[in-house]
Amino acid sequence: MFTLNINGKDCEANVPEDMPLLWVLRDVLGMTGTKFGCGIAQCGVCTVHVDGQPIRSCVMPVVAVRGKKIMTIEAVGQTPTGANVQKAWLDLEVVQCGYCQSGQIMCAVALLAATPQPNDADIDAAMAGTICRCGTYTRIRAAIKRAAQPLK
Amino acid sequence: MDLDQRLNVTKIDTGAVSENSLSRRTFLKVSAAAGGGLLLSFILPRTILSRETADATTVEVFAPNAFIRIGRDGWVTLIMPYVEMGQGTYTSIPMLIAEELEVDLTQVTLEAAPPNERHYANSIFQIQATGGSTSVRAAWEPLRLAGATARMMLVSAAAQNWKVDPTACHAEKGEVIHATSGRRLKYGALVDTVAMLPIPDRVVLKAPENFTLIGTSAKRLDTPDKVNGKAQFSIDVMIPGMKIATVAACPVFGGKLVGVDDSNAKRIKGVHQVVLLDNAVAVIADHMWAAKQGLAALDIQWDEGPNATLSSAEIIRQLETALLKPGVIARKDGDVAKAMAGAAMRIEALYQMPFLAHATMEPLSCTVHVRKNGCDVWVGSQVLARAQATAAEVTGLPLEKILVHNQLLGGGFGRRLEVDFITQAVQIAKQVDGPVKVVWTREEDIQHDIYRPYYCDRMVAGLDKSGMPVAWSHRSAGSSIYARWHPPAFKDGLDPDVLEGAAEPPPPYALPNMLVEYVRQEPPGIPTGFWRGVGPTHNVFVVESFIDELAAAAKKDPVEYRRALLGTSPRAKAVLELAAEKAGWGQPLPEGRGRGVSVQFVFGSYVAQVAEVQVDKNGEVRVTRVVCAVDCGVVVNPDTVKAQMEGGIMFGLAAALFSEITVKNGRVEQSNFNDYRMLRMNEAPAIEVYLVKSGEAPGGIGEPGTSALAPALTNAIFAATGTRIRKLPVNRVELRSAKL
Repeated sequence: MFTLNINGKDCEANVPEDMPLLWVLRDVLGMTGTKFGCGIAQCGVCTVHVDGQPIRSCVMPVVAVRGKKIMTIEAVGQTPTGANVQKAWLDLEVVQCGYCQSGQIMCAVALLAATPQPNDADIDAAMAGTICRCGTYTRIRAAIKRAAQPLK
Repeated sequence: MDLDQRLNVTKIDTGAVSENSLSRRTFLKVSAAAGGGLLLSFILPRTILSRETADATTVEVFAPNAFIRIGRDGWVTLIMPYVEMGQGTYTSIPMLIAEELEVDLTQVTLEAAPPNERHYANSIFQIQATGGSTSVRAAWEPLRLAGATARMMLVSAAAQNWKVDPTACHAEKGEVIHATSGRRLKYGALVDTVAMLPIPDRVVLKAPENFTLIGTSAKRLDTPDKVNGKAQFSIDVMIPGMKIATVAACPVFGGKLVGVDDSNAKRIKGVHQVVLLDNAVAVIADHMWAAKQGLAALDIQWDEGPNATLSSAEIIRQLETALLKPGVIARKDGDVAKAMAGAAMRIEALYQMPFLAHATMEPLSCTVHVRKNGCDVWVGSQVLARAQATAAEVTGLPLEKILVHNQLLGGGFGRRLEVDFITQAVQIAKQVDGPVKVVWTREEDIQHDIYRPYYCDRMVAGLDKSGMPVAWSHRSAGSSIYARWHPPAFKDGLDPDVLEGAAEPPPPYALPNMLVEYVRQEPPGIPTGFWRGVGPTHNVFVVESFIDELAAAAKKDPVEYRRALLGTSPRAKAVLELAAEKAGWGQPLPEGRGRGVSVQFVFGSYVAQVAEVQVDKNGEVRVTRVVCAVDCGVVVNPDTVKAQMEGGIMFGLAAALFSEITVKNGRVEQSNFNDYRMLRMNEAPAIEVYLVKSGEAPGGIGEPGTSALAPALTNAIFAATGTRIRKLPVNRVELRSAKL
C-alpha cells in the first residue's frame, strides 16, 4: 500500500512497488490525462512532474515517488505557468489529435518554471524527448515563446 | 419517435439554385425531433469512395446518415458520421452548417454518429468512413444545403406567425428578424412550427462573398479539453468492472498459436486469465502492468507457418521481377514508342519506397463487453460501420445488438480504417466475463501494423533537343490496397488509389506521349493498408524526382523547367510560382545547402513545396525550412488548412528521413520508437504555408502536405550534394560517401 501525493492530495494505492507510476495513475486511480505512448521513455507523452521535475511516468517505479509531490495534466492549469501555457496552446491552435499534448504541456511548463525566457536551444533540449506524430512542433515552439512573455 | 413517421419528403432541385453549380439532386427530410424541436435528416456522401462510386443521393431508399437537430432552446446539434482524429473536422464541418443556418459556431454542438441506429443500417455494406482527405469535399454541398433549408423554413415560420412576406424577413445569429417592424423570434420558438411546414421547392445558398464564417480561422471546438487531460480517447475508456488486457500475436505474419504454458503468468498478482486465440494470446488483468508482466511470463509455442523465412530482400526481389513485366495500362496518351525513338536523349531511373508503419501516438485499443444478448464496443475508428459489422460477425449477434461508442482518435493516418484490432478485441472479450479493454503495446503496434506498401517504379523519358520531355513512361509495381480493403473498387487490374498522381489524375505537366502501367504484386504475408497520403506518397515522389532528373539532364533550373510544362495547368503553375517566390528560389546558398521543389495535384488540391536542406560531411541531413503553397479551392478554415499542411510536412519528413519497416524471418525488425525513429522538436524545420485565394470547390488537405514533401526534400539533397536519392528513406551512408 502506497500513499502518493498527487495534485496536492494524498491517494492510497495498493500496488506492487515496481509498478510504473503511469499505470497507477491511469488504471488504478482513473486519471487518464497522462498518456501511454511507448513504455520505454522514448516518446514523453506520459510526462508528469515529480517535485517540479518532468519525469517519464512509464518507467518510474511507484516506490521511487513515495513522499514526493506529483503533478499531472489534470491540475497543472491551477498553477500560473500551467494556465499560461494552456492558454498559449489554445491561442495558437497547437493541438491536432491531442494525444501527446498532455506530455508536451507538462514538459513546457517544467521548462518555463526553470527557464522563464527560453531560447530555441532551450526549447529543443526540453521538448525533443516528446514526440508529436501530428507534427505540431512549430506551433509548440511558438506557444512556448508566447507563454514566456510576461503577463500584462 | 420513429423518424419515418410524418416525414416530409421532398426532392430539392439544387440545380436551379442561382450562383451555385449544384448538379445533384439531394434528398432531405424534415420532421419533429424526439422530445421537441426540429430534425433534418439527410445524406452525406460516404467519404472514402466518393471519388469513384455513384452519388449516394441517387439511391432509391432514403437512408440518411446525418442529422441536424434544432432544440426548443435554440441549440443546434449535428450528428454526423465523420470522426475527429486531429484534422479539425469537428470544427470545419459545423462551420458549414452555422454559415448557412445563421447561427454562431458556439451554438452548434456535435455528436459522433453511432452506427447502431436503424437509420445507419443501410450504410453498413457501403463504407461509412473518414479518410482520404474527403470530409469537407464530400460535405461541402449537402451540409450547406441542409443549413440553408432549415434557415429558409425558420424564416417562413416566423413570417407566417407575423403574417408578413418571408422576403421581408431575414435570419441572423439564431433569430428571425422582421426589419421594418423590428420584431424578432428566436429559432427555438419556431422549431415546432417548422416541423409541420413543407420543404421549400427552391433553396438558395449564400454567395461566397456573403460568407461570414467560412474562410475565417474559427477556433477549434475540440481543443480545450485536449490541453487539460479531460479529452477521452479510446485508450481512456473506463467501464465499471472493466479488466485490462494486452495481447501478443504470432510474431510471424500468418503464423498460428500452438500452445501456451501460463503457469508463471497466473502467479503474477493482478493477472486473472489467459485467453487463447488462433494466432494470438491475451492476458487479462487488473491493470496494464500486470497484463504486460503476465504476457512476458508466458511460454508460448507458435507454428510460424509459410512465412517463417520471409525477408525484405525476397519481397523486393519479387517486386523487381514484377517490374520487368508489362502492366495493366492505366493511361496511354499519344505514341510513347514512336516519340521515344525520335528523342534526342533517353533518361531512365528506378525508384523504391519502403514499407511504413503508422505509429499513431495513441496505441491501438478497444474496449468490449460481450453479453448473451448484446455487445458494446468503445473504440476510436475511422470506419464505425465496419467496427459494428465485425463485432456482429464475431459474436454471432445481430447488428442491432452491437452498440459502438466512438471515441476521439489519437491519430488515424489510415491505421484506424482497419478493424483487425477490433475483431481481435471482440474475440478476446467473448471469452471474458464482463467488460475488457484490450491495449496494444507499442511493440505490438509497430510489428502488427497494416503497412504502407513497398513500391518499385521504373521511369523512362525521351527528351527533345531542347531538353523537354516528348515521351514519358512510368511503370509501377506494388500492392493494391483497395483489392483487399474494398474489392469492388479494384476493377480491370486497377484501383483509384494506386496511381493517383501518376495516371489519374496524371502529373500536372504537359506530357504529350505518356504511358502509365501498373503491375499488381502483393507481398507474401505482409498486410498493406492506407497510410497518410496513400497512393500519392509513392507516385508524387517518383514523378517529382524524375521531373527533377529531367531538368538536371536538360541543364535547366528545376522551377523554370516545371513552369515551362505547366502552361495548361494554371493553378499548378500559380502554386509553384508562389512557393518559389516565398522561398527565395534562385538566391545563393552556402556550400552544403540546397533547395528542392515539388508540385502536385492530388486529393483535389494543388500544392507546391520548396524544402531547404543542409547536408554535413557525415551525411546528416537537416531540413531548415519548408515553404508550402496551397490551392485547395474554397478554404473553410484557413488555420486548419495551415495546420494540416504543417503536420503533413512533418509526417512526410519523418518518413523520408527515417522510416522503414524491414522483415527478417517473417518478423518485423523494428519494435518501438528507439528503432522506428520519429521526427523530434530539434529536427523540425520552420514551415511557412501560403494559401491561394480560390472560388473552386474544396479540395482535400489532410494528406497533400505529406505526399509533396519527400521529393522536395530529395531534390534539395541533390541540389546540395549532387547525389540523387532514388530509394527512401534517405541513406546517410550514401550521402557520406558521395562527399568523400
